Amino acid sequence: MAGSGWTDRRPMSPHLQTWRWHATMYGSIFHRVTGVGLYGGAVLIAVWMIALASGPEAYAVVEGVILSLPGQLVLFLWSMAVLYHLANGVRHLIWDGPMLGFSPAIASLWSIFNFAFALLGSAMIWSLASLG
Amino acid sequence: MTTSTKTVRGLGSARRGTEHHIRQRVSAIALVVLVPWFLYSVAFAMTGGYEGATQWVQAPVNAILFLLLVSAALYHMRLGLETVIEDYISRAGTKQALLIGNTFFVAVLFAAIVLSVLKLWIGGAA
Repeated sequence: MAGSGWTDRRPMSPHLQTWRWHATMYGSIFHRVTGVGLYGGAVLIAVWMIALASGPEAYAVVEGVILSLPGQLVLFLWSMAVLYHLANGVRHLIWDGPMLGFSPAIASLWSIFNFAFALLGSAMIWSLASLG
Repeated sequence: MTTSTKTVRGLGSARRGTEHHIRQRVSAIALVVLVPWFLYSVAFAMTGGYEGATQWVQAPVNAILFLLLVSAALYHMRLGLETVIEDYISRAGTKQALLIGNTFFVAVLFAAIVLSVLKLWIGGAA
């Protein structure tokens, strides 16, 4: 740690790079990444609602963006982030409350399930909405 | 005698964690119910054009659930970003500025969304 300015001589936990990557690490990191991403998502919801309240002309501009290819991609990623953060959030509540699902096999499977749930759930919602 | 206490003085109380944790979890429980409704509901509202979206907000159940969702979600994300800022920003001045900015920004979003819903609501009832 030469030149780092760190003076505490007690042992430190190894850096993130030391560990072999596994499903629960992706699970945890993506919970934070999607959480920060959804902050931006809230801004988009606000823009959508403000445009709607501003009248048909303003809404047409926002709707044009929503229906464009980049807009549809952002919307799909947003709904995936929502569903992932929701599924992993439920897991956090189950960890904190009944304290279940800590064994490595179940924790890994659960992480993979959360990613699959986010992808399939988003695909289902938007296909239902575009049909209806 | 000097102890290491002096290095933590003025950096804030260390007894706030439990309160933050519980608020984060309680807002999460509300969101477990509200988010699935919102995601499903808003997908239809967004594909229905100006008329569809307006009718969506003007339905009483949608307006109430949407305002509850917005309140819980903004509260939850303010707490969440607070933790992210505290984890990654160590410089005291920058950290305090970002924490205050986080609170103000969420308040602005809340005011803008609530006023928009009110305007559509009153417009629809007239």
